[in-house]
Amino acid sequence: MEQEVILSVKDLNVKFSLRGQVLHAIRGISLDIYKGESLAIVGESGSGKSVFTKNFIGLLDKNGWVDSGEIWYNGMDLAKFKTEKEWTKIRGKEVAMVMQDPMTSLNPLKTIGWQIEEALKLHQGLTGEAAKQRAIEIIDDVGIPEPERRYKQYPHEFSGGMRQRVVIAIAMACNPKILICDEPTTALDVTIQAQILNLIRELQKKYQLTTIYITHDLGVVANVADRIAVMYAGDIVEIGTCNEVFYAPQHPYTWALLSSLPQLGIKGEDLYSIKGTPPNLFNKVRGDAFAPRNPHALKIDFLHRPPYFEVSPTHKARTWLLDPRSPKVEPPEHIKNIRNIRANMDQKEGGAQ
Amino acid sequence: MQNETREKLLQVKNLEVTFGSKRKPFVAVKGVSFDIYKGETFGLVGESGSGKTTIGRAIIRINPTSAGEVIFKGEKINGKIPHELDKRVTQQIQMIFQDPMASLNERAKVDYIVSEGLMNVQKHLTKEEREAKVSKALSDVGLLPEFASRFPHEFSGGQRQRIGIARSLIMEPEFIIADEPISALDVSIRAQVLNLLSSLQKERGLTYLFIAHDLSVMRFITDRIAVIHKGVIVELAETEKLFAHPLHPYTRALLSAIPMPDPISEKQKVLEVYDPTCHDYSVDKPQWSEIEEGHFIMANEKELAEYRDRLKN
Repeated sequence: MEQEVILSVKDLNVKFSLRGQVLHAIRGISLDIYKGESLAIVGESGSGKSVFTKNFIGLLDKNGWVDSGEIWYNGMDLAKFKTEKEWTKIRGKEVAMVMQDPMTSLNPLKTIGWQIEEALKLHQGLTGEAAKQRAIEIIDDVGIPEPERRYKQYPHEFSGGMRQRVVIAIAMACNPKILICDEPTTALDVTIQAQILNLIRELQKKYQLTTIYITHDLGVVANVADRIAVMYAGDIVEIGTCNEVFYAPQHPYTWALLSSLPQLGIKGEDLYSIKGTPPNLFNKVRGDAFAPRNPHALKIDFLHRPPYFEVSPTHKARTWLLDPRSPKVEPPEHIKNIRNIRANMDQKEGGAQ
Repeated sequence: MQNETREKLLQVKNLEVTFGSKRKPFVAVKGVSFDIYKGETFGLVGESGSGKTTIGRAIIRINPTSAGEVIFKGEKINGKIPHELDKRVTQQIQMIFQDPMASLNERAKVDYIVSEGLMNVQKHLTKEEREAKVSKALSDVGLLPEFASRFPHEFSGGQRQRIGIARSLIMEPEFIIADEPISALDVSIRAQVLNLLSSLQKERGLTYLFIAHDLSVMRFITDRIAVIHKGVIVELAETEKLFAHPLHPYTRALLSAIPMPDPISEKQKVLEVYDPTCHDYSVDKPQWSEIEEGHFIMANEKELAEYRDRLKN
């Protein structure tokens, strides 16, 4: 299946200067993002997942820079962009972002209507009644009841879930082609989380959006992602379709992330937890960054950085375990039976009755 | 089951908590009753604003109660109580807070943060004794005793939460209220903190009241769960029973919302949405009833009949 590439990242390196030291935050990522797909980027805090996507929208912190690499979008290399003027052509119009916390990303002093219209004025030149009509349309679009009344209200009059809908409305105001959702549901309740994920999926279908989800929780992306990229220490260690990553994970780090999900835990036993801490990116990482925490690490993992091994045309992983010369290592037993986990769980409980 | 013979550590009877002024009261928790047995982990699950944290805070005497009783080891501990009892309760019931970034004093060293409670309760301790206790508490939660001389900002989220746990352990409590102790943490750190909590429970016979909104975590750690909606407990049962036979529509909605790491079935999943208007309570008022042993539900007669039918099948 040939898919159109909307955004193409080539060997991207991002560095930060912190207290006189240089931190190598993104270590050579290449990634093609297809038009209309939904890609989830999963990793621990500090893995660089937010930093990576901030490059697409020009929101890198002031002490960070693109050291080398290219980001191609629509014939433009975003990595070469320097001025705000260049970025305003992209930001909002082409690529928009939904931030994690709906409590802090809205202006408490302005009405919801005003905040949506602000984006419309800036990017589409709509004013007055036209802007108002469009704003109300958008509020309706993101599933907020009584849009006309809500239009005049302030953020404090909205619940957390409704506020996140408003944030999505603002992001959608300029018909972006790519929507980046940075932990869109972490601050929300489970039931609301499911609703917001549904909403984003609906919008994606309706407007042929390309969505990028950033999250630390593999559990939440199963029903929203087409593809999953697992990030560790500034690098994508495994990428594949949603089914491939969940049903046939290859990288030991993906195994570890899956194993530590409480959904898969067995009561009365310890939940699997990843030992140690992620590497310090101020230092040069040698070999496979995950090796020191990896119980299956081989000698070569500490010496040479593994290349990508292709598992299928859509699935590849950076681990020496896939090299034909490596010993055969099986993934942990309890993540092999992820398929039908809910059904199995019910049965087990039924049997215990 | 053998619940009759087990010791009730904490009893909550018809608890009511009211906020706001007399003229415009807001009842956050209405007529909540449950017992917590010694040594168990009792879960309280609900959405934000449902009053689950308020119940926890009412038990530990942060929020005053407006009606009902909280009984800890046979003594009433809400309302006006003697100074001596207050002191004992303060020592025996401890709380772990949600946000490890906000719940530690930024200007104090770990040593002070952890031992602050001790200074109030065990005034006779010498400096050496106190320091020994602090380093014991720190190593119990898997931190190095050297950390005592550092400030909170030098630690990661998971380590801070461990400091929060050390601070409650040093008081040698019997009962710990853990208010969303892991929801601010990364998935991989969550596992570590959950494991720590359950190993501490095994070692010391602690009793937990575990407050959370995430049922997938609850299932893993709790023995019994109470589901709370808008200040009212709607269902209470043993964890496995609740997951196998959820009866109340709100519980079913919560269960259906748990994200599962299984893409194929997850993409076919139908979300159940709870609509409070599905109950017809105009004539037949709902009551807190025991539908099967140890399984309580808020329902009226008609619903109870329906639920009983469902249990039989």
